Amino acid sequence: MAADVVTVSVAWAPLALLLVVAAAWWAACLDAVVSGGRWGAPAAEAARLLRQRRRTLLAADRLLWRLGGGGLLVAALLMVAVIPLGRWTLSDLGVGVVWFNAMDVLVWALVWMAGWGANSTHALVGGYRFLAQALAYELPLMFALTAPAVGAGSLRVADVIAAQHGLWFVVWMPVAFVVFCACVVAFSVQGPFAAAAAADIGGGVLAEVSGVDRLLLLAGRYALLAAGSAFAVVAVFGGGDGPWLPDWVWTLVKTFAVLSVLVLVRRRVPLLRPDRLVEVGWVLVLPLTLLQLLVVSVVVVVR
Amino acid sequence: MTGVVQTVLFWGLGAVAVAAGVVVFRTDSMARATYALAASFVAVGAQVLFLHLDYVGVIVVLMMVMEMAVMAVYMVMFMGMNPALMPMSMVHSRKTSLGVAAGAFIVLAGGALLVPWPARRGAPAVDLTVSLGQATMGSKMLVMLVVSPVLFSTIVSALVLALPRSRYDRLGDDLRRRPAEDPQPGGVGR
Repeated sequence: MAADVVTVSVAWAPLALLLVVAAAWWAACLDAVVSGGRWGAPAAEAARLLRQRRRTLLAADRLLWRLGGGGLLVAALLMVAVIPLGRWTLSDLGVGVVWFNAMDVLVWALVWMAGWGANSTHALVGGYRFLAQALAYELPLMFALTAPAVGAGSLRVADVIAAQHGLWFVVWMPVAFVVFCACVVAFSVQGPFAAAAAADIGGGVLAEVSGVDRLLLLAGRYALLAAGSAFAVVAVFGGGDGPWLPDWVWTLVKTFAVLSVLVLVRRRVPLLRPDRLVEVGWVLVLPLTLLQLLVVSVVVVVR
Repeated sequence: MTGVVQTVLFWGLGAVAVAAGVVVFRTDSMARATYALAASFVAVGAQVLFLHLDYVGVIVVLMMVMEMAVMAVYMVMFMGMNPALMPMSMVHSRKTSLGVAAGAFIVLAGGALLVPWPARRGAPAVDLTVSLGQATMGSKMLVMLVVSPVLFSTIVSALVLALPRSRYDRLGDDLRRRPAEDPQPGGVGR
């Protein structure tokens, strides 16, 4: 396996952040349009929130509240740090797949803190809902991530990409792919997995945030969706593998494609209750994912 | 990274870990105490990365953040007279704890200073994670294989003993009731 990636200087991190924000922006615009709005709606909303005054709440835990709201965007950027853009990567970590997993676990803490900090009942209920949902999706997500790693025989993202040369993992790991995508939507608190920010609890973790905090929280959710889509591209869609165009263009094109599909599909699924989700995750999805992992392991051993 | 930068970062992370550990007892909020502990563990996990044990370091971060996220729920639920939604002290049994902490510190620090540490023979292995795994588990694999099913069956039997409802409560005396009667129905409809 010739896994030739170039580790670029950390000075390129702002560009990575810019790409993440651009992808999040695209997702928000697409979302606005399919909901019957205008392309410019997210920009207008961002401008409105930037000028809006922060709401002050009695006995709010401001430190944890701000950490939770602002942290989502940071977590998304840290995920992207191990994802190569074509040949260039910010960090060629030997355990990049585990790193991605650790960053998505950060979201557990961040969403709960965003719910806790406001000192408001509905926000707190939202935070707890997210943890219940996280218990349901995290193990399937871990084993879905294990499948490409076993297929490549390495936890290094560059090796996972190199192992897909000729045949993308999505062809023989369809279950892992679907489960992974669902889990990306889940840790982004979006669509059917948005119970933590649902209307029945007045917006949940979004109930009390205003101004720039709200903007960061909303943008962070789209950024997580974007980072997850980018990881799906390197994990099962061969990364920058593709004809004619340079590999970095392919990485971007595929990421935007996966992101758009996730945005469009997640709208067509109704909201799932976290308390019902746990049994589905553990009794149905987890065995399916393990079965996929077994197939992958057998293929790896016999080929 | 150059040696100096690495050294500064390593000791800086150590200072963060200790400072966050102090905050755990100084703060008056269960949520802050829990996440200060998480921050302390994350700093230690980052230090482990400096030992070139990438896998172990990242796993420490992953496990500890997950554990503390769940722990925060239980801390808020069970600690204190009121559920710990209000400010409360993070210390109790002050004298005993101070004594135990000081004693443990003296024993460990004294041990670290007084033990004649061996000098390095040979070079470090190429993959330190693998050699760490071999050193801790290699010759004890049989023990591990025996211990894990025992641990697992202990968990299962403890759960069976602790659960107030059995399958007869769920499925009726003849175990024929479908769907099962649960106080909170699951999503699969078993």
